[in-house]
Amino acid sequence: MRLERREHRPLVLVVLSPILAVVAALAIAGILIAAAGAPVLEAYGRILTGAFGTRLAATETLTRATPLMLTGLAAAVAFRARLWNIGAEGQFYLGAIMVAALGSSVLSSLPGPVLIPLLFAAGAIAGMALMLVPLWLRLRFSVDEVVTSLLLNFVAVLFVSMMIDGPLKDPLAFGWPQSMPVAEHTLLPKLIERSRLHIGLVVAIVAALLVYLLQARTVFGLQSRAAGLNPEGAVFAGVPLGRTLVKVTCLSGGLAGLAGAIEVMGVKSYVTTDLSPGYGYAGIIVAMLANLNPLGVIAAALFTATMFVGADGMSRAMGIPTYIADVTVALSLLTMLVAIFFTQYRIRR
Amino acid sequence: MTNETRVIPVLELSHISKRFGPIVANDDISISLRRGELLALLGENGAGKTTLMSILFGHYTPDEGTVRVDGVELPQGRPRAAIQAGVGMVHQHFSLAPNLTVLENVMTGTEPLWSLRSGTAAARRKLLAIAERFGLAVDPDARLGDLSVGEQQRVEILKALYNDARILILDEPTAVLTNIEAERLFSTLREMARQGLSLIFISHKLDEVMAAADRIVVLRGGEVAAERKASETNKAELAELMVGHRVTRPKREAATPGEIVFEASRLTVSSGGIERLKEIDFFLREGETLGIIGVSGNGQASLSQLMSGLAKPAAGEMRLFGEPVTALDVHDLVEAGIGRIPEDRHKQGAIGEMAIWENAVLERIRQPLFSRRGIVNRAAGQAFAATIIEEFDVRGGTPASRTRLLSGGNMQKLILGRNLYRRPRILIASQPTRGLDEGAVAAVHARILEARKQGTAVLLISEDLDEVIGLADRIQAIAKGRLSAPIAAEHADPRRLGLMMSGDWTSGDGVSGEGNSHAS
Repeated sequence: MRLERREHRPLVLVVLSPILAVVAALAIAGILIAAAGAPVLEAYGRILTGAFGTRLAATETLTRATPLMLTGLAAAVAFRARLWNIGAEGQFYLGAIMVAALGSSVLSSLPGPVLIPLLFAAGAIAGMALMLVPLWLRLRFSVDEVVTSLLLNFVAVLFVSMMIDGPLKDPLAFGWPQSMPVAEHTLLPKLIERSRLHIGLVVAIVAALLVYLLQARTVFGLQSRAAGLNPEGAVFAGVPLGRTLVKVTCLSGGLAGLAGAIEVMGVKSYVTTDLSPGYGYAGIIVAMLANLNPLGVIAAALFTATMFVGADGMSRAMGIPTYIADVTVALSLLTMLVAIFFTQYRIRR
Repeated sequence: MTNETRVIPVLELSHISKRFGPIVANDDISISLRRGELLALLGENGAGKTTLMSILFGHYTPDEGTVRVDGVELPQGRPRAAIQAGVGMVHQHFSLAPNLTVLENVMTGTEPLWSLRSGTAAARRKLLAIAERFGLAVDPDARLGDLSVGEQQRVEILKALYNDARILILDEPTAVLTNIEAERLFSTLREMARQGLSLIFISHKLDEVMAAADRIVVLRGGEVAAERKASETNKAELAELMVGHRVTRPKREAATPGEIVFEASRLTVSSGGIERLKEIDFFLREGETLGIIGVSGNGQASLSQLMSGLAKPAAGEMRLFGEPVTALDVHDLVEAGIGRIPEDRHKQGAIGEMAIWENAVLERIRQPLFSRRGIVNRAAGQAFAATIIEEFDVRGGTPASRTRLLSGGNMQKLILGRNLYRRPRILIASQPTRGLDEGAVAAVHARILEARKQGTAVLLISEDLDEVIGLADRIQAIAKGRLSAPIAAEHADPRRLGLMMSGDWTSGDGVSGEGNSHAS
């Protein structure tokens, strides 16, 4: 038996592979559910009803999917250009704290329609700035950005924790370390009344469409893909490698920073160190599940959010730990990696 | 050397063949090595030297053929069996751990894994004895990472000897050494041969092969091209044997060259602190092909990079269309109508995972035809690719299919097409037919000849003697980063070019008046 590279990648296989990967992940996680002594199919049924069974549950799932779409895009954009941005978590937090700082400052006297886009931009710029550090280290000293962008996550979170226990600490929070809330009129309009679902979902979907068009239709998209697939060939064809990577970095870090900004303005209104339950890291899984396709990111983010929200419902109804959701999502990354492999290779005897 | 013909050779490779897919890396190669002999294996990149040595050492199993040590056949694909039979290998990239000491490195892999007793003291004695015997002085307690490259190589050799190697294989041992270190290495090797060890060293450097080896086996295209005693051959003959003759191909017709379009004078290019090109002079004229011939690794890559806009000269002057320029930049070259065929089509010429049309337009994507305000005009790109596929007979793909699926020859036609579809003023062609089959070679040659006929100035950098003789009007040889004076193609024959490639300019007596007319 040996592996052979596929000459053609059938479209069916490309579309089917993430679905099969998810099914395989659910099947493997089913073994754990069975081991916990619960009927597997019913447990998965509970996950679905927990995520979409009621209006409230459905809006909650979509609310959760919003930051995942943005961090998923951040990873997808970077990975396409073989820039390994593992730092979306830190960029998310830096974007969030930037919004909290500006949205509670003197700037908050500006009217909402001016201030909201301004804060979006500020969050994005904070994310970009953080990712530019690993890029600079890579271009200047050939330091692997996997390590530096990952480690900067901890730096960013500690910085946020310093800020919310210091200069940005909310004096009305009974001593809890949390930032001052952003001004009332910077909060994002709700999509559905009496839910947490906000206009940020629309922003995320539009972002996915824009990124898709950017990659498929623009010179930048072509050049960044060339730079990722074959840097030497790209340079020979006159692609400015450094400049292209800087643009990719700005886009990727900016999207992750924007995710943090939107989460503050749409859901929490203030920053704590548990603002993100790992959105930055989950974004990597979302991007891989989507096979780095920006439109696929929307679906992959929905799946991931479904697992996270639905697992709460399942856990309450059946007495299974909610960790099963984490396990399933993590498994789906592994099965997706296997699936991607088999879209590129086949087994021959 | 009287009775040695009847003696069983220490090492005998017989009828070795090895294929990788469609590529024949070794084709029925037979080589024998006698006790106390220093044999050189000479050949171009891709001639099959390293594959052959990997088979000998058990890293690859041959498709056919046997390896015998002292007349006993070695089991295939078992490096350990080769080591036990006394074969030692010194790799081009050392297989040593920089954070261990010399002694630790030498001992690695020689001690049983579960033994509690360490034989360090005995090992140290053995190592020092070997070092003494062959004059390979090293400090056994020095950390390997602190040693110079030459010293590290010495450790690698010591390690092989420590494992009781009687046959030592060295893969391009001087590639990483300075000249002085290389000289020391060869005197050590000679001493080892004198003491009865048998050695094979792989090389593509004519000088060192002539200086050090007793016998030379020349490999070309996976076959043994010739075998010579060092005392009975010379550099010119070896250069010619390495590069070889092949069948005749489309011949150029005489033409009168036009204006000078590019001129380099006393140009020096450095990379990694080494001067790759030293004060070279050449010029290109409309409707004329300048051929640069040479054995690989003499500066061709740097020349190709310079002319493709990827490297800057450290010193010297360049004039492009009469205007002085300090550096060539990819974008400007493409805009100025300068076509570039890279040395390595898979690495530089095309991005395999991208569509054919994307590769066709990538270098000119900023042109208004193919993009406006950053938005790519896909229809125009695909139409452009379709035209190239049609006109240049690219087979096996549509504009939308992935470029990787094309064969080497068709990929080269695509690259030619994107450069030649609108007549370029200058064409830089580096090894344009390397690795192509004869049919594709003829197609590429016909295109280059046609471009020249239409007035393009062609710079052809090649290691293929027949290609240069067939295509070029003027020929300059490149050796050790220097360019010879040009000779007219009419005066070129393989023997004379062989001499030129060996770097002995002085023997290239009559520099043609035609080629020289501008040299002042």
